Amino acid sequence: MATLKQKTLALNGNEAVAYAVKQSNVDVVAAYPITPQTIIVERFSEYVHNGEVDAEFVCVESEHSALTACLTAATVGARTFTASASAGLALMHEILYVTSGCRAPVVMAIASRALSAPICIHCDHSDSMVERDAGWIQIYVENSQEAYDSIIQAFRIAEHPDILLPTMVMLDGFFLSHTLESVNVLPEETVRQFVGTRQIPLVRGHEAKVVPFKLDPENPLTMGPLDLYDYYFEHKMQQDAAMQTAPQIIKRVHEEYGEISGRRYGNGLIEPYRLEDAEIATICVGSTAGTTKTVVDQLRDKGIKAGLLRIRTFRPFPTQDILNALEAVKALAVMDRSHSFGAQGGPIFHEIRHSLYDASIRPHTVNYIYGLGGRDMPQDLIHQIYKDLQRTLETKRVERLVQFIGVRE
Amino acid sequence: MAVEWKFTLKDLAEKPELLMPGHRACAGCGPATTYRQILKATRGPIIATNATGCIEVVTTIYPYTSWRIPWIHTAFENVAANAAGIEATLKVMKKRGQLKYDHVDVIAFAGDGGTYDIGIQALSGAVERGHDFLYVLYDNEAYMNTGIQRSGGTPHGAWTTTSPAGRVIPGKPEYKKPIADIMVAHGIPYVATASPAYWRDLITKTRKALEVAGPAFLHALAPCPRGWRYDTSKTIEIARLAVETCFFPLWEAVDGEYSLSAPSKVIALKPELKKPVREYLKVQGRFQHLFVPEFEHVIDEIQRNVDKSWRRLLKKCGMA
Amino acid sequence: MRTEQKGWKEIPIAGVCWLPSTEYITGDWRTFRPVRDLEKCNKCLICFIQCPDGAIQWKSEIEDIEFSYQYCKGCGICANECPKKAIEMVLE
Repeated sequence: MATLKQKTLALNGNEAVAYAVKQSNVDVVAAYPITPQTIIVERFSEYVHNGEVDAEFVCVESEHSALTACLTAATVGARTFTASASAGLALMHEILYVTSGCRAPVVMAIASRALSAPICIHCDHSDSMVERDAGWIQIYVENSQEAYDSIIQAFRIAEHPDILLPTMVMLDGFFLSHTLESVNVLPEETVRQFVGTRQIPLVRGHEAKVVPFKLDPENPLTMGPLDLYDYYFEHKMQQDAAMQTAPQIIKRVHEEYGEISGRRYGNGLIEPYRLEDAEIATICVGSTAGTTKTVVDQLRDKGIKAGLLRIRTFRPFPTQDILNALEAVKALAVMDRSHSFGAQGGPIFHEIRHSLYDASIRPHTVNYIYGLGGRDMPQDLIHQIYKDLQRTLETKRVERLVQFIGVRE
Repeated sequence: MAVEWKFTLKDLAEKPELLMPGHRACAGCGPATTYRQILKATRGPIIATNATGCIEVVTTIYPYTSWRIPWIHTAFENVAANAAGIEATLKVMKKRGQLKYDHVDVIAFAGDGGTYDIGIQALSGAVERGHDFLYVLYDNEAYMNTGIQRSGGTPHGAWTTTSPAGRVIPGKPEYKKPIADIMVAHGIPYVATASPAYWRDLITKTRKALEVAGPAFLHALAPCPRGWRYDTSKTIEIARLAVETCFFPLWEAVDGEYSLSAPSKVIALKPELKKPVREYLKVQGRFQHLFVPEFEHVIDEIQRNVDKSWRRLLKKCGMA
Repeated sequence: MRTEQKGWKEIPIAGVCWLPSTEYITGDWRTFRPVRDLEKCNKCLICFIQCPDGAIQWKSEIEDIEFSYQYCKGCGICANECPKKAIEMVLE
C-alpha cells in the first residue's frame, strides 16, 4: 500500500498525544493534571468542549481515581485513555496492578518525570521504571512523532484479544512533552479504521453461559473477586501468558502501521542504529537516543564502529531481539535514566546483564546512570561514554561497572 | 419527585433475590440484610460496584459469586471513582445511541471503612462532578473485615481493636463523623439515613435515591454481631433501638431540605417516646466497659451528644 | 465443598467468577435451626425481609413461606423479629 498523504503539524509531544487520542475514537478519558503532562488533558478538554470529539472527559479529583474510572469504563466496554507522570503515576500504583489483573485495555501516556523527594518536575524514568512489574506493556518513544504513532498503535495492542493488557507510552518530560516538533499526522478516517471498534472477547460467567467480557445487565458478570491462595497464582499466570504473546503482536501492529504511515521504529520492540558491525554500543531508552544517534554518526564519520540500540518496548522485555542485535558488539554501555537504590546499577542494566548471562556473546557491559531529575545529557557526555567503551575495547578491561555521569561530586 | 411507589412484602417477595444465598457473611450480618432490602428497591437494569470490605469479600470468594447483577470491585478507597467510570461510559453510549437500555442504575456500595476515611476523597469528587449514581454506605461502624478496627464512623466510647477499652482510655475518644450531613453540604439532590429495622422506610428511600437524577447518598446503619458484640439474633432489634434512642435518627434531605422520617418524626412529636441512650448501649458488648463508675461519665457524654445532634436535626427539619 | 481445582488455562480471564454462590451450602454452619409454628404464623413476611441470607422466601405455588435450610445459618433474627413469635430456634 502506498503511504498516505499526511498533514504536518507543529506539535509538542503532549499535543501530539492528545491529537492521536482525538483521532482514535476514544470513549472515556478520565485524567488529572500533573506537570509535564498537563497539556495533554488541557488540549483534550478543548476538543471535548468544542465538540471535536464526543468522548466523555471526567475531570477526576486524583490520579488514583483517574485510572480507576478508566478501568471501570473499560470493563463496561469503553475505549479509555489517561495520562500522568511522576507522583501521579505513583499514586496510581495500586490501580496499575488492578487494571492489569482485570485485563482492562487502558492506554496511558506518561510524560516521564522524576519522583519526589525533593520534588522535581523534570525528566527521568524513575516513575515508569518502578512500575515495570505491574503487568502493563511499556513503550518508550524517542520523539513526538513516535509519541503520536505509538498512542495509536497502543489501542490496537492493548485491545488485542490475545493480549488484553493495559499499555503505557512514555515520552520524556519537557524534552519531548513541551518541545515543538514537526509531526506528520494521518487522516482521521485512516486512524479510525486502523484502531477499529473495540472487540470484546467472550468469557464464561457464573450463569454457565459464554458471554461478552463486560459489565452488562443482560449478561451479568462478577469482576474483581477475592482470590485465596488456591487461585491467585493461576490468575497471574494468565497475565504472564498474555505478556509472552505480546511481542509478536506488537511487531505486527507496528508493521501494519508502518505500511500505512511509512514510519517504522526498528521492528517495534527495538531500534538498532548502525549496530550491524558495531564494536562499541550503548543501549538507551527515550529521547537521549536521538542525541546518541547524532554522536554515533559523528563517531562513524571518524571511522569508529559505534552503534546504538534503542529499546522501544521495555515490557515485555525483548530479550532475543536484543541479543540478536548485539551480535557484533564487544563493549556495551547501558544508559539508565533511573536508579534502583541499593542495587548495582539501574533497571535496564539489570535486564541486559541478565539477558547476556546465558548468551553466547560476551560483551563487556557497564552501566551509566544519567539525566536524573532532568539533568541534561549533552553530546559531549555521550562521547565520553563511547570513549570509555573504546578504552574497554582496547584494554579488554572494565574500569568501573556502574558510573553516574553528569553529576557534580 | 417521582410517582410514589406502593409495595407490599409480597410484592417484594416476588422480585428476584439479586444477592443470592450461599454468601459467606456471618450469621446475623446487618449489612447482608441491608443489601437485600436495598436490592429489592431496584427497578431495572443495574450495574453495581463495591468497595473492599465485608460484603465485597463474602459475596465474591472466587470462584463463587452471589451477584445476580453485573458487579465489579477494584480497590478500597475508590468505589465512587468506579461508579464515575461506569456512569461516564453509560452516558457516552447513550449519547451515541449505543445503549440498549433506556436507563441503567449505577449503585456504589461501601462500608464505613471505604467511605468515611479512605474513600471520602473519591466520594467527594464524584458527587461534586454530579455523576448520576446512588452511593450506599452500609455502616457497621468499624473496619470490620480486617478485624474490628475503628473508623471515622465508630461512635464515641465504643470498643474496637484500635480504640480498645483500656484502663486509661475507655474506647474511642473521638465522635462519629457526620458523613450524611457532609453529603448534604455537597449540595447533592438526595441524602437519607436508614435502618434495616425500618425496611419500608429504607426501601422507599432507596427507590427515591435511584430515581433522582444526579448523585444520591444513602447512609444505612448496619449492625454487626461480631464487632458490636451481641447475639446474632438481635441485629434488627439493635437497628431499631438506634432509631428509638435517636442515636441514629432517620431523615432525608431533598435538595438540602431536611425532613424527619416517620420513625423519628413520631419521637419528635412525642418526646416521651425517646428512649435513653443507655438502653442502646447496654445491649452491645462494645459499650460494656462504660458501665462502671469510673467511665459512667462517657455514657453521659454520649447522651449529651445524641441530644445535641437531635436538637440540631429538629431545627434543620423545622421542628424545633 | 471444595470444587475440583482448575488450572490457569481452564479458568476465565481476569478473575471472572464462574460459579453462583447458590452452589455453596452454608446451612451446615448453624447450631440452631428456625422451626415455624404454622398455627401462629400469619405469613406477614417480616422474617423474609430481615433474613441476611435470603433463606426465607415466599413460594407463590404453595402460597406459603419456605425456609431454605440449605443456606440458613441459624442466626435467629427471624425468631427474634416475628411479631407472632411463631418461630422457635431449636438445637440442631
